[in-house]
Amino acid sequence: MNVTFRIKRFDPEKDARPHWQEFKIEAGPMDRVLDVLNELKWEQDGSISYRRSCAHGICGSDAMVINGVNRLACKVLVKDLGNEIAVEPLRGLPVLKDLIVDMEPFFDAYKAVLPYFINDDPAPVAERYQSVEDRERFDATTKCILCAACTTSCPVFWTNGRYLGPAAIVNAHRFIFDSRDQGADQRLQTLNQVNGLWRCRTAYNCTEACPRGIPITQAIEEVKRELLWRRN
Amino acid sequence: MATRPKTLQQARATYTTNRELAWWVFMRISGFLLIFLVFAHIFFNNIQINVATVDYAYVAARLSKAWVKVYESFLLGLAMLHGTNGLRYSIEDYFKRPGTRFWLKAVLFTAAGAMFVVGVMALWAFSYQQMGDAMNAVGHGG
Repeated sequence: MNVTFRIKRFDPEKDARPHWQEFKIEAGPMDRVLDVLNELKWEQDGSISYRRSCAHGICGSDAMVINGVNRLACKVLVKDLGNEIAVEPLRGLPVLKDLIVDMEPFFDAYKAVLPYFINDDPAPVAERYQSVEDRERFDATTKCILCAACTTSCPVFWTNGRYLGPAAIVNAHRFIFDSRDQGADQRLQTLNQVNGLWRCRTAYNCTEACPRGIPITQAIEEVKRELLWRRN
Repeated sequence: MATRPKTLQQARATYTTNRELAWWVFMRISGFLLIFLVFAHIFFNNIQINVATVDYAYVAARLSKAWVKVYESFLLGLAMLHGTNGLRYSIEDYFKRPGTRFWLKAVLFTAAGAMFVVGVMALWAFSYQQMGDAMNAVGHGG
């Protein structure tokens, strides 16, 4: 199928502001957006810049705005988009070049919620036992791949870059509800600040954007309730 | 805890209050209450009576009733707090510079406080005696 493929280009060395560039390309219906990008970069214009790594929806490198919504380029088929495709860099993060954004503010928020296991008790001889039910409690939020599709789809994050964002809260949820973890109080303290949890307006954009199907807004609500009942 | 603060600076950095949590809860409860309070207010003032017949005497008589003073003061206070906090959320979100946020919030809180004071004064200025005078003045005395 003939596809008109538009890319929002930005070269910090030449451009004052981003501009759209249009390409015509012949693509198979089963091609993914990433395949088209690769084809364009390898055959038509080597200067097109974007991140990709595993190309199978696990590394989270190639999140971008595809026809207006946040998606992984490696998980969207051309046949589902039709003949007109437009890709832009993620919103709310500084654009470095073309489709590459500066992920540092995103990872700063991620680090702020201490996204690692905290337990000061001496390690037992065997494993730290966890029941199937206790593991189930945070199963959904273990699936996050840190692609930033959720955080950069959040209208609050677009205007307020100090807001921690859905991804950080999802990763806090993963440990707050882990029965073996002891760092919940610290994480909740961070989330209880002005630009923590309470900036969420339940717009549901994050849930819609997540390529892993994590019910993000629900996870955020669970953390809100945890803060409400634990601290009062 | 693994990363318990060890110095005063670290403790200050991690110090938080439940203020944002309390405001979040307040916004939900006040929002729910305001739906009923505002519609009741509209019913009493716009539907139960014909707005065209409202004159000074009617307003004076109405505002001299104790339950009207209490009801309208409560509605005013709740609406001002709810609206002002909502605007504070918008200021937190839309203004990047801390100085801008500080001054905008200062103006907002001052204006909201002034509006609340003027509103309460208007509600409570009509004493029962003044109501009587007003009623006499426009020929509704008795």
